[in-house]
Amino acid sequence: MTRTEAGLGEETTRWFDDFHVGETISLGSRTVGRDEIVAFAAKWDPQPMHLEDEAGRASLAGGLFASGWHTASLFMRMACDGVLSRSASLGSPGIDSLAWKAPVMPGDTLTGRMTVTGTRASASRPGLGFVETEVEMANQRGTVVLTMKTTLMMARREAA
Amino acid sequence: MKHLEDFHPGDAVELGTWTFTADEIVAFARDFDPQPFHLDEAAGKASLFGGLAASGWHVACAWMRLWIDHQTREMDEAKARGEEPPIPGPSPGFDDMRWTRPVLAGQTIRYRTTVVSGRASKSRPGWGILDSLNEGFDETGTRVFHFTSHVFIPTGG
Repeated sequence: MTRTEAGLGEETTRWFDDFHVGETISLGSRTVGRDEIVAFAAKWDPQPMHLEDEAGRASLAGGLFASGWHTASLFMRMACDGVLSRSASLGSPGIDSLAWKAPVMPGDTLTGRMTVTGTRASASRPGLGFVETEVEMANQRGTVVLTMKTTLMMARREAA
Repeated sequence: MKHLEDFHPGDAVELGTWTFTADEIVAFARDFDPQPFHLDEAAGKASLFGGLAASGWHVACAWMRLWIDHQTREMDEAKARGEEPPIPGPSPGFDDMRWTRPVLAGQTIRYRTTVVSGRASKSRPGWGILDSLNEGFDETGTRVFHFTSHVFIPTGG
């Protein structure tokens, strides 16, 4: 599989072979605003506690907070910007588990990281490998808001 | 929405369909998953997916929207009958999310949610945790997406 055949970008610097068990990749930080929380919820998760301050205050979170799907999607963006956009990513078969550990509130600054827990070459596709990861996103107080175990599919360097 | 005791294993709800247009696939991907096969038809064709493919998070978010629409309808109907429906709690997370087939531009996915089990919460008195299997099927009936959700639901006692 060549880079073009795999549909990869031109700036691929990290292939399957460049992921090593035990390695932790920092994915950077971003601050989440109230407007984007409400806009995401209006489109994908229109529940009152993601849309209105009063309903948020009445919830277990004690204030308007982001949809968990927004938190997960923000992590995905962080993973793209932090590593996947410059990698030989071919997608993902799925997620073994995801936990929403704490609510994300307007103004929170989230920091993500990804730890490689396993790598294996595909038995059926010579140009492909699987990278097992455990990821974590925490807020500015160090409180973990999201954890996830997920698998990445990566093209192999020697096949390109 | 109902109390935990009102959910029974095997209860299934057809949530309706979501059509993944190329415009929406690209818009979602620009915000949250800007990988070439989610942004560009040619890159998608060259990828393992074989076409412009929706982000897996987009496929999951469409399930969430249809689930919330269903839940809102149920709550509105209960209120219309003069009942006070309990407000569901948050979700602690999910397990075993699998994107078994790509969802390509133009495809319409049908979603279904089936109750797996309910149990009392050990940490939160008055609450239970409901486990459900959520699935998406393409036009031929082939399953393309599934995961097991967990959500806190008030108990009726």
